[in-house]
Parts: sequence; C-alpha cells; structure tokens
Amino acid sequence: MQMTAESKDSAGVASQGGAKREIFLPPDRERLKEGGTPHVVAKNFSIFYGDFEAVKKVNADILSKYVTAIIGPSGCGKSTFLRAINRMNDLIPSCHTTGTLMFEGEDIYGKYTDEVLLRKRIGMVFQKPNPFPKSIFDNIAYGPRLHGVNDKKILAEIVEKSLRKAVLWDEVSDRLDRNALGLSGGQQQRLCVARALAVEPDILLLDEPTSALDPKATAKIEDLIEELRGSYTILIVTHNMQQASRVSDHTMFFYEGDLVEYAPTKHLFTNPRDQVTEDYITGRFS
Amino acid sequence: MNKSAGKSVARSSSGRGRTIDIVNKGLKSRYRKEKRFRFYGLLSIVASVVFLAFLLSSIVLKGYSAFLQTYIKLDVSFEAGMLDKQNPGRSDFQGIVKAAIRDYYPDVTGRQDKRDLFSLFSSGAAFQLREEVLNKLPEEGSSISLWVLADDDVDMLMKGHMKRDVPEGERRLNDKQLRWIERLEEEGRIALRFNTTFFTAGDSREPELAGIWGAVKGSFYTMLVTLVLSFPIGIAAAVYLEEFAPKNLATDFIEVNINNLAAVPSIVFGLLGLAVFLNFFGMPRSTPLVGGIVLMLMTLPTIIIASRAALKAVPPSIREAALGVGSSKLQVVTGHVLPLALPGMLTGTIIGMAQALGETAPLLMIGMVAFIVDVPGGFTDPAAVMPVQIYLWADSPERAFVERTSAAIMVLLAFLISMNAVAVVMRRRFERRW
Repeated sequence: MQMTAESKDSAGVASQGGAKREIFLPPDRERLKEGGTPHVVAKNFSIFYGDFEAVKKVNADILSKYVTAIIGPSGCGKSTFLRAINRMNDLIPSCHTTGTLMFEGEDIYGKYTDEVLLRKRIGMVFQKPNPFPKSIFDNIAYGPRLHGVNDKKILAEIVEKSLRKAVLWDEVSDRLDRNALGLSGGQQQRLCVARALAVEPDILLLDEPTSALDPKATAKIEDLIEELRGSYTILIVTHNMQQASRVSDHTMFFYEGDLVEYAPTKHLFTNPRDQVTEDYITGRFS
Repeated sequence: MNKSAGKSVARSSSGRGRTIDIVNKGLKSRYRKEKRFRFYGLLSIVASVVFLAFLLSSIVLKGYSAFLQTYIKLDVSFEAGMLDKQNPGRSDFQGIVKAAIRDYYPDVTGRQDKRDLFSLFSSGAAFQLREEVLNKLPEEGSSISLWVLADDDVDMLMKGHMKRDVPEGERRLNDKQLRWIERLEEEGRIALRFNTTFFTAGDSREPELAGIWGAVKGSFYTMLVTLVLSFPIGIAAAVYLEEFAPKNLATDFIEVNINNLAAVPSIVFGLLGLAVFLNFFGMPRSTPLVGGIVLMLMTLPTIIIASRAALKAVPPSIREAALGVGSSKLQVVTGHVLPLALPGMLTGTIIGMAQALGETAPLLMIGMVAFIVDVPGGFTDPAAVMPVQIYLWADSPERAFVERTSAAIMVLLAFLISMNAVAVVMRRRFERRW
C-alpha cells in the first residue's frame, strides 16, 4: 500500500504544481531515459458502478510503445480500468467516473471528446473472440470502410497488411471470402487483433485475449504481441502471471480496486515492494 | 500416499453412507421422475395433435364439397326478337332462360308449378347466359347448350345433404321438383363441377353465387396496409427504445404501456378507430385502409415486444466489436444489431400479422362487417375480410352456407400458411450462424 500512498502524495503535488507535472510511478527510470513518454495518464481516476467504486483513485502513466500488463485477482477492477480507456464502459448505464483520464493530453471523459474517434485511435480485443458473422475480408475491411475507405485496392492492401501484422495472413490468404466464424478460436482472436489494427490505432487494449484459447493459440497471440511491441502502446489484462511476465515491459497490479503496485515487470515479479503483490504473485491467493 | 488413500476410503465406507450410496439410492427415483415427466410431455403432444386433427378433419370434411357445384345443362335457342340487337347486353336474359326451361319441360303448366320449376335454377343462370352471349353473339335461330348454375337446394340434394326419402314436408324440394331433377339425372344433364364461382365472386345472398374472392382481396389489402405501417413503425420504436432511449421513468412508463396495449381487447382498438379515423379524420367506412390502420394499432405492441426481445438477444460482444473499431451507435445498429435481430423481428411480425388476419372484433366497429357483393379493387373500396366473411356465412340460415363456411376457413388457413411461408423463407435468408 506504500505505493498508493506515495502516488496520492504526488498527485497532490501535481494538482498544486500544475506546470511541472511529475510522472506518476515511473515504471522504469532507465526506460524513461530511453525516451518513454506517457500516452495515457490517470489522475485520481475512479470508476463507479452505481455506488460501488470498482476502481479507486488510480494514478498512473502508461508509457507509449510499451507493453503494459494489468494483473490482479478476479473482480479487482482491472478489466473495468482497461475498458475505461476507450470508453467501453459507456455501454453500462450505471457506470460513471471521477478524476481524469488523459489520452495524448485530451481528457477521455471530456465533454467534447468524440468517442467514435477515440475508439478508432484506441483499438480493443476482447476476452472472447468476437468476429462479425461475415467473411474474413469484410471483418478486417469493416473498420476502414466505416471511416470512409471504399477503394477496393486500398482495402485489399489494408486487409493484407493487417493480417500480416496479426500473423494470420499465411493461414487465411486463400480463403478471405469465407465466413470468419469457420476459423478456429485462436485464428478468430488473431483476426480480431487484425481487425483492430486495420483502423491503425495508437493504443491496443487486450482484455484477457488468451483466456478462451488453448496453449498453442496462446503462444501465437503472445508471439503476435512480441511482433507488435514497439509499434503500438499495448495494454493487456491477464489472469496468467507467467504471461504477464513473458510479454510485458511494465506491470500494474490491482487489488480490490486499488492500483497497488506499478513497476517494470521484472522488478514487480522478482522484487515486489508490497506484501499483497508478493502474496498474489507467489500464489498465496488468487 | 497409498496408505493414507486406502485409509480414507476405508473410513468413508465404514461411516454411514458414502456419497455413492446416497446417489445410488436416489438414482431410481430420479429416473422415474424423468420418465414420468417425459410421459406427461408426450401425452400433451398427443392430445394437442388429436385436437388439431379433429378440428382440421371436421373442417375439411364439411367444407370440401363447397369446391364442387351442381350445374344443369340447358339448351337455349335464340329466336327472333329475343336478343336486343342494338344492345345485346340489355336483352331479357331471365326471359330467355325461362323460355329454355319451358322448352325442356313442356308438360309443366300452372303458375305454382312453373315457379317451382324455375326455382331449380339459380338466378345466376341469366348472368351466365349474358356473359356467354356477350362473348360470342349467337345468330338468330341458332341454339347453344350451356351448363348453368343450379339453385342451392338442388345443389344440397345432389351432394346428399338433403334426403330424398323423407316425407315431402320435411324437405325444401317437393316431390314434383324431385321428379324433374330425376329426369335431368337420367339424361345426364345435371352434374357436379368445379366451383369456380367460389373463387372468383364476392359475397351473395344466394349461396351458389357467393364466393370468397372478395374477402380474400379485402384481407390482402388490409394486411398490406397493416404490414406496411406496423413493420417499420414497430421496428423503429423497438430499436429506439432498446438502443437509444435513456433508461428513465418516461421510458419505463412507455414500456409498461406497450405491454399493456398488447393485452387490450381488440374491440377497443375498433372503437378507437371508429372515433379517430372515421369520425375525426373522416376516412371512408368499411375499407381496407381503415381496417389496416386499426389492425396496425393492434399489431404494433406485439411487433415491438418481439423486436425488443430479438434486439436484447444480440450478443453484446458484437456491439463491443463494432464499437471497438470506431462505429457510431447508428452504424452498430444498422450494420450489426439489426441484421442479427431481423429473424426474431420477422417472427414477431408473423405472429402479429397472423393475429390481425383472424381478427373480426375491431373491424365490427369500422363497418367492415357489412354485406359487400363487389370484389374490392383498391384500398378505399368497401370490402369484407375473410374472418368476417366466415362469420357472416356461419350466421346465414341456408344449408349451403355451412359448407361454404368451412371452405372459407380452409381458404383462410391457406392464406395464413402462405403468408407464414413467405416470412419463414425471408427469415431463413436473414438468419446467420453464430
């Protein structure tokens, strides 16, 4: 709980200081020196379902072009936090937020924020593969078409590029006109990644992308994250701590709505500063 | 490890009942329960099938004879002066028919006998002759033989609905008439033929001239109005309520009221139609237009409720997926939710339309329970609808209307089945695999 306390303090400083804002919980000073810039910034950010505070006054900077994992026991608010970043929680009528969540200097929950534009820039892949009941091609082309790309040649290019990025091209290039629901679960999930990439987002949110997949497909998704590292800011919620330690640069640990610890992954897993974190990652509770 | 495992088994078996024993004990009664439950289910299916079969067979058995009709062959000779040369359509066809009958039965004299004789032939015979003449103008002095409609009493006799061996006072045809008919039979001049009149004519006081076509067309126009109005309105309302409307007291109130409207007795909608559409807006009485609008009011709640259920059943993951790539709310709805919900919406529409097709009560109030002879040509012509026609015929005293009532029910069922078939085909086309 040390860290939260500290972060609350620094939040206070930030709101008073104004101009010279300190980056909260810099995950890794060395990496920052390498040029990490905050992409999403949470300041005293809370999320409520009705009266229930699901995420409590989170202060965190999510750094650009890194993979950040969010771990924690079930019901700790990690998915809620992730879904808040592209305002997916808007679908839930009782959900509201306090504090601020900034994306590239713009308040995500600001009055004038265009959520359609926001979601175009912050792509998301969900727990269960959810391709549209359409052809593979149409699944990928759906996003670009929405945003006004109608030229068939350009669309074909985008589809190929996205599928290649999602390491799916070789498996489906000969059957782009088939229904996407005919693909295997792992392929469907990579298709969903490709679909998200097709609209060229800046951030990719992955909400337990492998929890419905077998180990082989999981490995492919992890490889895919490896491929995308450095090109996108990636946030991944996962139940699997090995996965978090394998794929992420930084890890956030949520417990009962609190962001308990946020540190470079290797630090967090080898040398957690908080007792709860240690208990969790050593499997004393889950 | 082994030791301890053995120990634990021993301990639990020596104790009072391992779980497996308890399960075994209960197993039999569980299976019995299931068997009983299945038996009840089967029983209810059998019961409903029996009822349905009974209903259908009684309708078919009663009604199939209406598809046949008794015709009598009549030799008509056109003597000089019989036809109006300037305007053949205005000749005295009744007179020509009567002359032909008299020619055939020269021995019948006396007013009453003649009247009895003429009454064996339908008053429609003159119209048949007129049509024949207008089709091909016969030369003077020539003669044609024509199968003309027999009166409904003769028809009933031929179909065996009227007994010949009962005392004269108990049948509608007297002994003389029977003899005349027997002569026709001997000479092969009377026969049952396919009843085209039934499928081409409107209503009539004479059973042999009455047809269902007017009511079929009336129902068709009415249903068309209902569908065209209620489908888009119902779906738009459902989509708005389900996808866009804020959840607050006002929308709750609307929802409760829609559910209540679905349970309102249909005659109330008829009263509303009378007050609003006929009296206030001054729309034409007895027409498919008003009937369709009234039935639309009745159908709307059904469609809205079913459509909302269909929308709710669309998995949220699809909405999320579409929103996740930057769809606007409208794009999510039109691109994904609506196509996926359409089969369910169509089902609701079928149910609503089928209900509307069989409705008479609301139409009572707007004057669609009227005796209408003409086949309607459009939405603003007075028309009857099929259930009303069935009701009217069921109410008529003539024996020949009994079979027509059943036949009309068959036509109504056929109409219903074909309407549903179209909807099922459409639903199949829209249905998608998950």
